[in-house]
Amino acid sequence: MSMLHTVNKSPFERNTLVSCLGHATAGSAILLIEDGVYGALEGTAHSDLLRGALADHSVYVLGPDLNARGMTDDQIIEGVSVVDYGGFVDLTEKHEKVQAWL
Amino acid sequence: MSEPWEEEGPGTIKKFMYVNRKAPYGTIYALESLEVVLIAAAFEQDVSMAFLDDGVYQLKKGQDTKGIGQKNFSPTYRALEGYDVEKLYVEAESLADRGLSEDDLLVPVEVMSREALAELMNEQDVILSF
Repeated sequence: MSMLHTVNKSPFERNTLVSCLGHATAGSAILLIEDGVYGALEGTAHSDLLRGALADHSVYVLGPDLNARGMTDDQIIEGVSVVDYGGFVDLTEKHEKVQAWL
Repeated sequence: MSEPWEEEGPGTIKKFMYVNRKAPYGTIYALESLEVVLIAAAFEQDVSMAFLDDGVYQLKKGQDTKGIGQKNFSPTYRALEGYDVEKLYVEAESLADRGLSEDDLLVPVEVMSREALAELMNEQDVILSF
């Protein structure tokens, strides 16, 4: 049974990402969307959070949300994959369930 | 109760600061703040905008919203000057936490310390939070 977790809040404003990572079991996937994409950026006060999660999770970030906020693929943490809306759909299809962290 | 700008005689100018603490697009706060700032400017008040916490993301260069179907309102910050809104203050600590520098911002601003910004807040007549 594999789970896809989505996070849509900035790690600077809410503890949503921390809580998600605390509950996501090994092997589950994490997709950052909307303001959650700030959690995928390299060189911030919260970058270590997500870097730590890469050891036992596959982590994705939604490209259109990244670009809307003036960020590009080369600014994200190494190991995080950028997906488009089609990729989002593929992820939901590939995993049995989706847990949305709001 | 009368509105703040009606409390004293005509021609009274008060210091209004708009405090922006939210990232753009995820919520409506950033866009609404811009709308209200332009209203205050029309009343010829002494308007300033402060950007701190996730609010600094509102000024990030290179916003491209084609992919999310929302209006890119970031060019509006560059138009504020035309409405005599020229005092844009950005908190240095908030930039640093996010790995950003003044060069990442799309409009000229005054970067200042949290301490200096706190002083500036104390000098205001009215503070509106977004």
